[in-house]
Amino acid sequence: MNEILILTILTIITAATPLVYAAIGELVVERSGVLNLGVEGMMLAGAVCSFATAHYTGSGMAGIVAGMLAGVLMALLFAFLTLSLQSSQVATGLALTIFGVGLSALIGQPLVGIAFDGLPSLNIPLLSNLPVVGQLLFSHDILVYGSFILVAAVAWFLNKSRAGLVLRSIGDSHNAAHALGLKVIRVRYCATLFGGACAGIGGSYLSLVYTPMWVENMSAGRGWIALALVVFAVWQPGRLLLGAYLFGGISILQLHAQALGINVPSQLMSMLPYATTILVLVLISRDRGRIRRNAPASIGQAFHPTT
Amino acid sequence: MIALQRRANPSQLMGYLAPLIAFALTLLAGLLLFALLGVPVFEAFHAFFIEPISSLYGLAELGVKAAPLIIIGVALSIGFRAQVWNIGAEGQLILGGIFGAAVALYFYEVDAWFVLPLMILASLVGGMLWASVPALLKTRFNVNEILTSLMLTYVAVLLLSWLVSGPMRDPDGFNFPESRLFHDAALLPRILSGTRLHMGALVAIGVVVAGWLLLSRTLLGFALRVNGAAPRAGVHAGFSQNRLVWVALLLGGGCAGVAGLFEVAGPIGQLLPTISPGYGFTAIIVAFLGRLHPVGVLFAGLVMALSYLGGESAQITLNLPLAVTGVFQGMLLFFLLATDVLINYRIIRKQAS
Repeated sequence: MNEILILTILTIITAATPLVYAAIGELVVERSGVLNLGVEGMMLAGAVCSFATAHYTGSGMAGIVAGMLAGVLMALLFAFLTLSLQSSQVATGLALTIFGVGLSALIGQPLVGIAFDGLPSLNIPLLSNLPVVGQLLFSHDILVYGSFILVAAVAWFLNKSRAGLVLRSIGDSHNAAHALGLKVIRVRYCATLFGGACAGIGGSYLSLVYTPMWVENMSAGRGWIALALVVFAVWQPGRLLLGAYLFGGISILQLHAQALGINVPSQLMSMLPYATTILVLVLISRDRGRIRRNAPASIGQAFHPTT
Repeated sequence: MIALQRRANPSQLMGYLAPLIAFALTLLAGLLLFALLGVPVFEAFHAFFIEPISSLYGLAELGVKAAPLIIIGVALSIGFRAQVWNIGAEGQLILGGIFGAAVALYFYEVDAWFVLPLMILASLVGGMLWASVPALLKTRFNVNEILTSLMLTYVAVLLLSWLVSGPMRDPDGFNFPESRLFHDAALLPRILSGTRLHMGALVAIGVVVAGWLLLSRTLLGFALRVNGAAPRAGVHAGFSQNRLVWVALLLGGGCAGVAGLFEVAGPIGQLLPTISPGYGFTAIIVAFLGRLHPVGVLFAGLVMALSYLGGESAQITLNLPLAVTGVFQGMLLFFLLATDVLINYRIIRKQAS
């Protein structure tokens, strides 16, 4: 029983990690006042590019870097259109997702059916030899450790650093921030590219660790779930970690349901993460005051210095 | 230094020109893409854009593909005008297909005139039902309709997959995940013999006219436009925002549902695990490309239909992956969004100070 429990927790961590990356990136983007609906597209671009790179170079690290760069490039496209050319953030984000789905399928065509070894575990000396705890906490791949460090860093950055204050003030009122001489567009570019990098890493995790292979459309809505997670977290990094692990747990239920003898068609079990997303959104959004207090006030609005 | 300067008034000329410029840029980028993929550029170009429509059959296929895009695109553009972002049309389309197919299979071997109208009615209900979830959650609980309508699309895909491999599976089908083939009474009449062009094409034209009338000639259409352009003015004018959310979503759901039925009762003729190559998502591009105007959507639907046919043709003749279609569609939308800047801004050269 103990073994099964440990295994279950390990799968939850694997399922949650890509969500943590994609969602923490989007959280920063939204805190700067930009709504990027293209997370799904950026994740797919990251997934395919990192898999291709890892496959041809044999290096997982190179794969992660490539996935990150792919996410950044996609985000750059979005940033250029919405921030420099004033296009609608909603429409551009949708376009980014549609484009990402097509482009990743095109790039990934020759990679279908190839397997990858996955990332090596970084066993922390001594600690990883501890019974149970060692396996649970100290023998993961680098991206799992990285995700926790990243969330902590973002939490510190947003709440404790001066740059984070600048970013938040731009997200809450770009006109006031501009009047104070803050560089609205530049900060938003940085935030958007950071979001792209995170989504790209999240995608890398899917194709390098979670599956680990390239399958067309393999993110299967995780980019959208990440967007929902940001709302669930009411734009707070700490809560986001909680939400991602909750969703990780739900999404692996179907794998374990059969083992536990629950006889429900697999398709119905697979609906759970999506249905839960809707349910969670209802629970959070119904409290309008709470959303209004926490959501960045100028989210989704275009900014042009002359207006 | 190049900078943008806001125009005093939006340029009408650019409103018409922007889609054309975007299309031209997409063609250029497409040529570049073909070159990068290492295929002969002009052959690829010919296979993608010319070959599919150089026969009567090809033109009819263009109509087959354009019909669902136009039907959904018109409804979505009405919603988008009101800033209601229903992006789950794909799921609503699937539910329409399921509901319509359920009627067809229930009246299996009943050869009566009422089967097809009943199927259409059922698909309308199915699509609206699926769209009413985001509408209810938006109006009652303030939940973002983008995320809910999209999540429901994933649920719909899984629902269809379960139904065709379980409850609605063909009992004599050797366990293949397919329903029975519909009988003739449950199939859409063809309007051009020797092709697959069906009644849906006529319905699409009807939807364009109806959409245009709704937007330009009715109070409801006016309310929808005001809500999008100036929500606060709409509130002061006494237009209920919740009602507009419902109207926009039900309209989108109903039209997507019927489009889904036209697929299963038209070109497909049975229920399969996949009944649409992403028409519900492509219709979003169609709506924007058509300037959120029903007549524009008509032309945009034809262009996007060509991108599907072109992708298939390029796959057959040049062995290119079908995903090229998605790349083209995404690029077109990007270029369109980029050129749209010319409507509200003019590009000026700024002296470095």
